[in-house]
Amino acid sequence: MTDMTLNPGASTAAVPGAGLPEKISVRGLKFYYGDNLALKTINLPLYSHKVTAFIGPSGCGKSTLLRVLNRMYDLYPKQRAEGEVLLDGQNILAPGQDINMLRARVGMVFQKPTPFPMTIYDNIAFGIKLYEDLSKSELDGRVEKALRGAALWEEVKDKLGASGLSLSGGQQQRLCIARTVAIKPEVILFDEPCSALDPLSTAKIEELIDELKEHYTIAIVTHNMQQAARVSEYTAFMYLGELVEFNLTTSVFTAPAKKQTQDYITGRFG
Amino acid sequence: MAGYTSRKRTSSVMMALCWAATIFGISWLCLILGALLWNGFAGLGLNVFVLDTPAPNSEGGLRNAIVGSLIMTTLGVSIGTPIGILAGTYMAEYGRYSKLTDYIRFINDILLSAPSIIIGLFVYEVAVVPLRGFSAIAGVLALAVIVIPVVVRTTEDMLLLVPVQLREAASALGLPRSHVVKKVAYRAAKTGLITGVLLAVARASGETAPLLFTVLSSQFFSLDLTKPMANLPVVINYFAGKGYDNWEQLAWTGALLITMAVLVLSISARILSAQKEKK
Repeated sequence: MTDMTLNPGASTAAVPGAGLPEKISVRGLKFYYGDNLALKTINLPLYSHKVTAFIGPSGCGKSTLLRVLNRMYDLYPKQRAEGEVLLDGQNILAPGQDINMLRARVGMVFQKPTPFPMTIYDNIAFGIKLYEDLSKSELDGRVEKALRGAALWEEVKDKLGASGLSLSGGQQQRLCIARTVAIKPEVILFDEPCSALDPLSTAKIEELIDELKEHYTIAIVTHNMQQAARVSEYTAFMYLGELVEFNLTTSVFTAPAKKQTQDYITGRFG
Repeated sequence: MAGYTSRKRTSSVMMALCWAATIFGISWLCLILGALLWNGFAGLGLNVFVLDTPAPNSEGGLRNAIVGSLIMTTLGVSIGTPIGILAGTYMAEYGRYSKLTDYIRFINDILLSAPSIIIGLFVYEVAVVPLRGFSAIAGVLALAVIVIPVVVRTTEDMLLLVPVQLREAASALGLPRSHVVKKVAYRAAKTGLITGVLLAVARASGETAPLLFTVLSSQFFSLDLTKPMANLPVVINYFAGKGYDNWEQLAWTGALLITMAVLVLSISARILSAQKEKK
């Protein structure tokens, strides 16, 4: 069932950025944990090669929304989504979608760094080998490129054979980004990627996100509003499962249209 | 203040009782191990490994029983381990949220604590009676049945310890479920899985009851799986307490060998899991 009623709370009147190519279009999305409605009719575009930040207090549904975009929720029973999520015009929620191919196109970086229990090299090569049949030297090249892309190459080039778990937290997170980038996705979803990292590592990751948007469309969930302001072009403010406001980040942070948004970003609640 | 002194007094009394109980328990263990080492080592010599089980009061060793035990334990574990790992994998990875898994776990726990003599009787009914005779094959089956629940249990437990985030991260790369399990979950749980198998080997190598009903034993050296085969637990059971000095001695030595083997396996298992924790 597709419910296309527009969310009365969302500022849909004048869609900001209209005219830009939409990599992902979320339309009338509802999400349920069992009988519990967690997302109440979300409509939202993710523009191509832009960084969109999802902000809002805990439990507002921003991570849930992110996990719909690569259908991560599919791993668990009793979680279901209704509505449409179009990736290049294709509804990824439609039955018969190849979820593994979808996840190869829409990569995800998690809150906690999750290197696989294998060498640094294999952490990267592992995913590539799944999709492509490359010679050893081609593979070496791809691994190096991915590590360079994640600004990690200089730090690990002499110990590619070491366990991924031997790296520091910030390095592990960049390894996870390299791993995601290595399989050439089109969209990268970041789920609070810096919340377990120190300020220095956080700065590196933010710098990296800024470089990545040249090649990828990016969505980032964050609790840190300064971070949202620093890295994103567009910001979606969510509250209690609803999209309250979506606009250019500069507008959201300097002239929010809704009182709720203003209260949240000025720290009055949340 | 009176309350405090009386609490302190109670604490000291309780502490003393705890100590006493601990020492009581451990001293029996030490006595048993001491007797085993004392009596077992006395008969440990080259003959034990090169000669077969003897007639009363003649020279002999345990070669046929050692080889038989090795063969049957190895085969039993090789049959039981894959079944146990596959079942445990289903429970932890594929059927984690299914009702069926709850039932399997319940039944498996019963099997895990079932007296092994029942397993012996069961295999007697399904393998010894139809084949009209005791055979090493039946013994192997009985040992496999003992191995399976141990491996199922440890496999499920160890896979459940693998963080959900790791599975999500692997799935997020577009890995099919089978790859997530084989390449990531198994790898993360590797030492735990090996520990489980080692524990199963330890359990299987000491079981007597299931073998009594299935392979019986044999006086001779045999590699024929369709015939009865000598094995340490049953030989010990048979030799002990019959009043012949040489049998008595071999029983002690056999017991020592099994204990040592189990000890070595348990220690290896411990070392492996300790290494895992360090990482």
